[in-house]
Amino acid sequence: MRNITAQATAAASQPSGADVAVEVRGVCKMYNDVEALRSIDLDFPVGKLTTLLGPSGCGKTTLLKIIAGLIPATSGEIRVNGKVVTGPGPERAFVFQDFALMPWATVMRNVAFGLELKGMGKDERQSIARKYIAEVGLTGFENKYPHELSGGMRQRVGLARAFAVNADVLLLDEPFSAVDEQNRRKFQEDLLRLVELEKKTFIFVTHSIEEAVYCSDRIVILSRRPGRIAQVIEPDIDHNESPDAIRRDQGYLDTVEEIWQGLKRYVD
Amino acid sequence: MKLFGYRVPMMASLVFWCVIWEVVGRSGVMFLIPPLSEVLVAAFHLVQTGSWQSAAVTTLNSFLIGMFFAIIAGVVLGVLMGRFKAADELFGIWVNIFVSAPLSALVPVLMILFGMGDTTVVVTVFLFAVWIIVLDTRAGIQSVPPSLVEMGKSYGASPFELYTKIILLAALPEILAGIRLGVVRGVKGVVIGQLLVSIIGYGALFEMYSRNFDMDNFWALTIILFIVAMALSALIESIEKRVDYYAGAR
Repeated sequence: MRNITAQATAAASQPSGADVAVEVRGVCKMYNDVEALRSIDLDFPVGKLTTLLGPSGCGKTTLLKIIAGLIPATSGEIRVNGKVVTGPGPERAFVFQDFALMPWATVMRNVAFGLELKGMGKDERQSIARKYIAEVGLTGFENKYPHELSGGMRQRVGLARAFAVNADVLLLDEPFSAVDEQNRRKFQEDLLRLVELEKKTFIFVTHSIEEAVYCSDRIVILSRRPGRIAQVIEPDIDHNESPDAIRRDQGYLDTVEEIWQGLKRYVD
Repeated sequence: MKLFGYRVPMMASLVFWCVIWEVVGRSGVMFLIPPLSEVLVAAFHLVQTGSWQSAAVTTLNSFLIGMFFAIIAGVVLGVLMGRFKAADELFGIWVNIFVSAPLSALVPVLMILFGMGDTTVVVTVFLFAVWIIVLDTRAGIQSVPPSLVEMGKSYGASPFELYTKIILLAALPEILAGIRLGVVRGVKGVVIGQLLVSIIGYGALFEMYSRNFDMDNFWALTIILFIVAMALSALIESIEKRVDYYAGAR
């Protein structure tokens, strides 16, 4: 584990030697009189999974949606691959907390929907969708409707949809919070496999400390409202080990404990 | 329903009341109620007459045109009110007044405005049907999950695609419920409009038979109308059930 809080700002602008996919510069967000985010400066390195972690109401989902271009920042700017964000764009794909699947469409159409909106022909988009349906382990369910699937399977559809558009940056908003515990663990392992396989930049919002430590290359801890960067931690988990070994690893447990000590003061 | 431990099929109640009607009719207590069998025979003959057929065509024509505009206007206004607060505040109170107002009272005014003809009937159908479609569409649009709209935006849907591929489909169950209720009200509208104008279509026939106390034909006319209204409503309900099936996981 590497705690780089002391040099947080410096470290944030120059993340350990890698290229930067997403730059957040001086982002503030006001909801009427409520200050949700205060001058956030962050860099998200290419090919890494960065987690935004914090107590509820810290603005982590707000920050993610600002990066997605779904809500405007009050001040500051976001750059993705060097270009300033003014709205949603094809280089970013979003995975929603409540899955946001179209209940009237099959798994196939849901997964291919991003491509459909891009105007891609039916055969082409279906063959791409089929590949990602297989990658998230849903082969055989192509013609099922969302309400015929379990929560975990529905989120796999959401993930496949995000992969299918071949974006550089994947934004995941508490993707496992509506999935039951057993499925969540399996899902986290699958996600790590996909991170490895797809070589994309992941920005992941969660309120689960264990999930953050287990999955992330880098954890950004936000303080309670107004959301500011409280700590940046790089857990250094060796993902070549088996998932069960990792969950018993001393480094893993220490990191979880340290984050908990830091977050404890925000809990009522 | 169970009677003395036996399951009685639903149709039994219909048969039971038909028998009562027949008995009352045959007893001759009230000349207003002829036996059901005679009514059915009259209905059989009635549908073969030229006057009924042309009346039916006129009526159906007014009904369909009125409903067509009611559905278009109702869905458009409902979507606007569901999506934009300003539209909701501007029209909300009027829609709520009109949805419960006794619109029959307005028909004489419509006659002055649109003349004693089909136009008045079409406008009556429209006014009867449109408000409930507006309200149900609005409710449907408001219950579209925000994340579904965000999903469309983040995957690059144009504003037009956002409506045609996501919002309207997500609100479809409520829109269809509104159209079903609108159709039932529209049937009332077409009959009331024609009765008050009283020289066209079904209304003219009603007027003629009741004025001449031709009860066989009067009831025949009524029964046909009921069956058509119920069939229309059942048709839309069956579409609704299929849509609800696909929308099951909302």
